[in-house]
Amino acid sequence: MNTATGMSAGPPHTAASAGPAGVETAGSFAAPPGRAGGRRVGFVDGVRHGLILAWRNMIKGWRTPEQLFDVTLQPIVFVLLFVFFFGGAVAGDWHRYLRYVIPGIMVQTVLMASMYTGMTLNSDLATGVFDRFRSLPIARSAALVGAVLGDFVRYVVAAVFVVGFGMILGFRIHTNPLAAVAAGGLVIAMALALSCVSALVGMLARSPGTVQGVSFMMMLPLSFGSSAFVQADTMPSGLRAFVHANPVTHLVEASRGLMLGGPVAGPVLACLAWTAGIIVVFAPLSVRAYLRRT
Amino acid sequence: MAEAIEAEGLVMRFGAVIALDGVSLVGRTGAVLGMLGPNGSGKTTTVRVLATLLRPTAGHARVCGFDTVSDPHRVRARIGLTGQYASVDEDLSGLENLYLIGRLFGLSRRQARTRAGDLIEMFNLAEAAARRARTYSGGMRRRLDLAASLVGNPAVLFLDEPTTGLDPHSRNDVWRMVTELVADGTTVLLTTQYLEEADRLADDIVVVDHGRVIAYGTPDELKSRAGAQTLHVRLTGPEQLDVAAATVAELVGTRPARDLDTNLLTSRVSDPAVLAVLVRRFDEAGIVPAELALLRPSLDEVFLGLTGHLDRPGQPELVGSDVTDTDRSAA
Repeated sequence: MNTATGMSAGPPHTAASAGPAGVETAGSFAAPPGRAGGRRVGFVDGVRHGLILAWRNMIKGWRTPEQLFDVTLQPIVFVLLFVFFFGGAVAGDWHRYLRYVIPGIMVQTVLMASMYTGMTLNSDLATGVFDRFRSLPIARSAALVGAVLGDFVRYVVAAVFVVGFGMILGFRIHTNPLAAVAAGGLVIAMALALSCVSALVGMLARSPGTVQGVSFMMMLPLSFGSSAFVQADTMPSGLRAFVHANPVTHLVEASRGLMLGGPVAGPVLACLAWTAGIIVVFAPLSVRAYLRRT
Repeated sequence: MAEAIEAEGLVMRFGAVIALDGVSLVGRTGAVLGMLGPNGSGKTTTVRVLATLLRPTAGHARVCGFDTVSDPHRVRARIGLTGQYASVDEDLSGLENLYLIGRLFGLSRRQARTRAGDLIEMFNLAEAAARRARTYSGGMRRRLDLAASLVGNPAVLFLDEPTTGLDPHSRNDVWRMVTELVADGTTVLLTTQYLEEADRLADDIVVVDHGRVIAYGTPDELKSRAGAQTLHVRLTGPEQLDVAAATVAELVGTRPARDLDTNLLTSRVSDPAVLAVLVRRFDEAGIVPAELALLRPSLDEVFLGLTGHLDRPGQPELVGSDVTDTDRSAA
């Protein structure tokens, strides 16, 4: 074990040294600027803490590859399933359905991936790690921000896998790459918004299993009750009303427009409005639930 | 000057459960305050209040001179916390765990790496530094946890049952580290169910039970409060047992308890001067004892006397009065 001299990591702070950290000189490392003595965490520091914890969540994700199945293998299975099982029945032949359904599956996969945030948070809460974070001089919401932003890469992976696999099967972008990227960005923005909802569920639920169940209950009607897989015209009128009001429909239509051409302005505006609305409502709610729970 | 840890009348209610029922304590700057109590006595709750994780229902606490409720951020900048269960991130390596906390403390990437490397070295984790913490043994994990609580170079360190579940070797490691930290001026609050641990490490001890402080003092004060000392006379064989017992009885006033298997006589005495006289009498009678000692009560006896119960499941090897030699002032 360590030697007596090895432990002298610098003079500890006492009540008297509540001043700026710069006064510390001795020791093997500089005094952490984070303890410079403020009463609160500044906005910039708060964002930084959130990003550092997002980095943590990202590494954790890569370390356990099976946690990436839902954004890699699952989209491939979905594409195969929908295109070849239902494609012929829905659209006459699978080529035509491929073109229709790829933007839909992209939206569905990325949005589904956002439900993961709540599960991570919920299982994290049960561990001692959160106690440690909460005992650190960092923004209270940092862990929440980290969980929401940490899934960003997963969304990118999901979108790339769906569109990439679609392209292998013959899907083509008819607009331009920039518009396609914009479609991806729109979907990811909505996913980040929905992950605030997921975070709220994660804070309220008792176990990760509950989070998964609730998330599924929420996402299934939203993704299938949209124009992602079939056109709304074929549905009964009540359902049609739901589909038209569904933000996922707007997102799917915007993505189709941006990838394949067609009307864009309306659905894009609707998407942005929904995204902003969800964030405005659910971000504060989940922060509150987080503070209450922890 | 204010002491590093000051708590006054802390009350913590969880619904109908009263976890803390008016806990007041002082952790002197640069000293180890041992918080001793059975499971569920309020030790962890107290630590969580002091470490700003819980807001007390009533009462207030100051750590490093800052109020834990109105100024939690400044408290957090000055404390380190090691929980009952090691709070390390199992999916990250040891090095990454420490790096992450360094970054959260506001260190630059390079500073955080250096600090993490130094601590890994200090805590003897170099070989496992790059491995995921999931693969660590219990002792390694606890060491990493302790290292993590030191990243911010805390003035006050909270150790919540830091050796629970550790093997004796790892426990000694933790003890040594605590001793070294205190030598460097860190104030430590240590909760424990083990009297031996409190006795070994703590400068002051606060005994809690049912959310109340039932005793406070140095280990010596607590022991002397428990009253009488015990005289131990062990003979080399059974031959002189009767004579020796008679001598002791004459001197002390009561017949000593005999253990015929070990040729041991024990008797409670209140006057330490008895020992010198006894040595002379034995000498005159030609009795040569194998062992002659005046023992102060162990903290176990103190604790039993204070709480009326010993509640430390899972650690039978520490139960009983024969815990440690440091409890005793042998004559």
